[in-house]
Amino acid sequence: MTRGPAVYAAVVNDDAPRSGSPVTDWSTDFDHTTEGWAAAAPAIWDELRVTCPVAHSERFGGTWLPTRHADVAAIAHDTEHYTSNSVIVADFRPDVPAPMGFAPPITSDPPFHEFARRLLLPAFSPKAIAVLEKPAREFCGQLIDELLATGPVVDAATGYAQHIPVRVIAHLLGVPAEDGDRFRTFIHRIVERPGQAGPVAEEDLLTTYLFRVVEEHRQSPRDDLVSYLIGLEVDGHPLSDEHVIGTIALLLIAGIDTTWSAIGASLWHLARHPEDRARLVADPEVMTFAVEEFLRFYAPVTMARIVAEDTEIGDCPVAAGDWVLLPFPAANRDPAAFEEAGRFIVDRQRNRHAAFGLGIHRCLGSNLARLELRIALEEWLKRVPDFELSDPDGVRWSTGQVRGPRTLPVRVLGREARDVTREG
Amino acid sequence: MRIEFDRDACVGHNRCYLLAPALFDVDDEGYAVPLVGGELPVELEAAARLAADNCPEFAITIEGGDA
Ligand code: HEM
Ligand code: SF4
Repeated sequence: MTRGPAVYAAVVNDDAPRSGSPVTDWSTDFDHTTEGWAAAAPAIWDELRVTCPVAHSERFGGTWLPTRHADVAAIAHDTEHYTSNSVIVADFRPDVPAPMGFAPPITSDPPFHEFARRLLLPAFSPKAIAVLEKPAREFCGQLIDELLATGPVVDAATGYAQHIPVRVIAHLLGVPAEDGDRFRTFIHRIVERPGQAGPVAEEDLLTTYLFRVVEEHRQSPRDDLVSYLIGLEVDGHPLSDEHVIGTIALLLIAGIDTTWSAIGASLWHLARHPEDRARLVADPEVMTFAVEEFLRFYAPVTMARIVAEDTEIGDCPVAAGDWVLLPFPAANRDPAAFEEAGRFIVDRQRNRHAAFGLGIHRCLGSNLARLELRIALEEWLKRVPDFELSDPDGVRWSTGQVRGPRTLPVRVLGREARDVTREG
Repeated sequence: MRIEFDRDACVGHNRCYLLAPALFDVDDEGYAVPLVGGELPVELEAAARLAADNCPEFAITIEGGDA
């Protein structure tokens, strides 16, 4: 069953506050692209879950925000009443090419979704991903050594966390890691400020960049994911250019900000919790559980759906064409689903967190993300067992659907650093 | 203790494979492959409980054993 794009008329209400403008009432006018949200999202979710568990905002032409685990899980599993064809909330309803969407499989609905996803699954299975452990470890170590050489106060977000997923994804896809800054510009435009960036020159578009990448790979195929996608044949036909480009764009976008955010948020936590640092240094086995607790407590990714057919969230009626934010991070803090949900427990034994989503769109890169997060933290703690925030007020969290610290100034303690900086 | 695995509910989070490799392998597409079915030897009960308690899709259930 394929759904045409024409069903979703643009319904932006001119009287509603402009998206991005400051919010005063989160239960009737929430906006995830504001600095207010960035600064306090977990508190907003906890409050709404009690006072208004399916909140509504007129912004973006009408958007819902469920915060209970049960509601988020039900929507993620319901591909009949909700479509994934647009997963980033914006002021307009994009005119989407059904059934594939712009970035298969994340923007595809059944049955096309399964086709697009299965092409990729083998490349991201835990056994396929395991070979990246060694190069990732070396790269993390090298990055930290270079960073520490610059002095005892460093930005762990822009100096460390940010570079890890760029490097890993560039390696997998077969694009130059030096293009990292360009990837981040694309991502910022698409994820952090959707629709608010103004016009972009053709030359600076992600698709223009990717067409060039595909062309280069066509001329000289190599052993990487881009060449694999170009070489695929289904019933004797190669995939369409739109499919190949959309999927590469997805892998770039989905793998970078998300993982960067998870690593950064975990380091933010460790900078403020010496007891958890000490536990992980003394007992490295705890890391298996810690990684999942970081992912639960600091889950970076909120997805979105568009209501495809009128339905209800809990008892709350929602209409075709409405946006629904799918805040997996809020679900992860629901006391109905987790014991002591509001507490970070470094070795939590029961942890069915939904950081990688639920249902058929379960994060394709979850094994890769988990590997990057674990290695990034292990290599950091090996070299920097002791550190603190050097400027707590200087930490800035991102706006939009991917949440993580975008600046994270920390002071490295121990070593000679302590003597130099603590007195000054 | 008995363990049951629901293949239709599994979407390949791979938490079970990571936490209980003696009970679950993983196929080429990342879906769980149970290695042991039905009644479990006592020494695998803790691993089974861990797998069940961490599967986000509730695809693994255990019955009996010490609660
Ligand atoms: C900590 C890091 C990450 C988090 C928290 C995360 C989270 C998510 C979530 C919540 C979804 C579900 C989307 C939905 O329900 O609509 C998803 C899907 C996806 N993620 Fe990730 N992700 C991370 C890293 C990665 C990485 C490293 C890659 C790959 C390079 C990746 C690739 C994908 C893809 C391709 C999908 C779409 C799967 C589908 O629709 O079938 N992600 N991710
Ligand atoms: S944890 Fe659950 S969903 Fe994930 S692979 Fe195991 S059984 Fe499947």
